[in-house]
Amino acid sequence: MTPAAAVTVHRWNRASIVTMTALGLLVLVLAFGPAIFGATLTDRMTTLFAYVILAAMWNALAGYAGLVSVGQQAFFGLGAYAAVKLSHGGVEVYLALVLAPLIVGVLSLPLSSFALRLRGGEFAIGMWVFAELMHLLVNLDGLVQGETGTSLIALSSFGPDARRAFNYWVALAVMLALVAAVFFLLRSRTGAAIQAIRDSEEAAASIGVRVMATKRLIFVLAATGCAAAGAITLSTLTTFQPKTYFSVQWTAYMIFMTLVGGLGTFEGPIVGAVIFFIVETVFGAQGVWYLIGLGAAALLFSLFLPRGIWGVLTDRFGIALLPVGYRLRFADATKRTES
Amino acid sequence: MPRVLTAVGITKRFNAFTAVADVDFHLDANEAVGIVGPNGAGKTTLLNVLAGSYPPTAGTVTFGGADVSRSNAADRCRLGIARSHQIPRPFGNMTVFENVFVAASMGAGAAREQAYDGSIESLRLCGMLAIANRKAETLGLLDRKRLELARALATGPQILLLDEIGGGLTDAEAAELVTIIRELRGRGIAIVWIEHILHVLLQVVERLVCMDAGRIIAQGVPEEALAHPAVVEAYLGSGVT
Ligand SMILES: Nc1ncnc2c1ncn2[C@@H]1O[C@H](COP(=O)(O)OP(=O)(O)OP(=O)(O)O)[C@@H](O)[C@H]1O
Ligand SMILES: [Mg+2]
Repeated sequence: MTPAAAVTVHRWNRASIVTMTALGLLVLVLAFGPAIFGATLTDRMTTLFAYVILAAMWNALAGYAGLVSVGQQAFFGLGAYAAVKLSHGGVEVYLALVLAPLIVGVLSLPLSSFALRLRGGEFAIGMWVFAELMHLLVNLDGLVQGETGTSLIALSSFGPDARRAFNYWVALAVMLALVAAVFFLLRSRTGAAIQAIRDSEEAAASIGVRVMATKRLIFVLAATGCAAAGAITLSTLTTFQPKTYFSVQWTAYMIFMTLVGGLGTFEGPIVGAVIFFIVETVFGAQGVWYLIGLGAAALLFSLFLPRGIWGVLTDRFGIALLPVGYRLRFADATKRTES
Repeated sequence: MPRVLTAVGITKRFNAFTAVADVDFHLDANEAVGIVGPNGAGKTTLLNVLAGSYPPTAGTVTFGGADVSRSNAADRCRLGIARSHQIPRPFGNMTVFENVFVAASMGAGAAREQAYDGSIESLRLCGMLAIANRKAETLGLLDRKRLELARALATGPQILLLDEIGGGLTDAEAAELVTIIRELRGRGIAIVWIEHILHVLLQVVERLVCMDAGRIIAQGVPEEALAHPAVVEAYLGSGVT
């Protein structure tokens, strides 16, 4: 037998180090976005950052924890609503946009005790019901004036260029923080436990995984993230109409981005968000046919390419740019696996 | 040897059906006990109650002097009760190593580097190191059973509850399994092993518990337990060799 030292665990590879470096440079360039891009593109990029957050959150929830929710618009809407409320209550507007998701994250904690008792389809539908309920409740708030809505008036104290740039920077920073949070959570020991729960909850419990607490972690993270995307969207639209924010279309977008990019791969949904962004830019995001086209594409992907674009790439070429898993390497070449 | 596990008056009902009826069971430190009985005797159900997979209808389970009747499977595992599943439950989308790594980091509560070492050690012992990078869903039944064992082992148990991990093995593989289990006993782990393949089981255990219809019908030194009239009757035509 080979000594223990002959087997080593590897997580990063050369490609992932190159990727991290490239991403670092990309972020550096993006940081100067408002100076480089024109007004329209800066606004569009802000929207893209929100999409990347949404895709990463739905993927963390469904792809890694096996929690398929069709009610994530609840948090998206609550994030925007909380920002409106905070700002109305006198909190500095950009601080409000950043605090709002944290508040929604805290509020999702008691909800998780109920929601996570539901299984599979029950959870999915239960979350939708919750989203509808939140929509109704928010409509009751006098500040919102029902479906007439309200707006983030405090933003108008900034000039259009300053506002555009601040929106962009907040979105960029929040996206980086959230995507990094998901990445490092999945790479942690808890991240492996999350995936174990997805594959067999019973087996996970039997090897010491505290199922409820672990699921709760990812549930709260996803709620916070979706709320952040809602707050970012509010900053670009400035108006808050409940039915726009609590619409199931947001979850449909998340599902599309995740399925096309690759459910349960870390990189895939980010690629999916970029694809969705391009599709939306080209087709103008208008009308029934656009939504039908998105639905059909998501359906075709789940039927014929269930691992998504990125899943196919990793399966075929074994690339893992941002790996969350573990590989063993054997010093003794004869012990190498067939894979 | 001190007693590590005591179960008193265990009853488990599924609706009107009683799967386990008022069973007393105990295990000493480093002891190896076999559980045999015809299909449907309640062996797996008893094991599930001991491991905390579901609560008993009646009865208490004590482990290491503490009442664990109310603690769930995860907490019992962290305390030192590990189990394998009769029908393997691999984490299919994860690699073999990752399967075991979760057990080492959560069940044994090991920090990252120790969890690596513990996982590699478990895989080596169970002869799975060479396929550590394979996705668990690609494994055949025998390797899935081995993975159950490797995973349970990686949690650093004091007692190991095994449910039919020997079925379908060739003679050579069975001999290998016996070697592994003996090695575990050498490390001070107590074993409860449910197994239909008697000649394999008898190479390891020093006490045999015979169950039928939810009850213990005989127990003791293997030869004596097997010679008990109730056992002979329960086994008539049941195909146990
Ligand atoms: N979750 C459950 N719900 C209803 N009935 C159950 C459940 N689990 C077990 N049973 C029933 O309890 C009885 C005992 O089952 P158990 O699995 O404990 O038997 P066993 O001795 O392990 O049998 P085998 O040798 O076939 O594995 C069986 O009749 C089974 O159908
Ligand atoms: Mg059984």
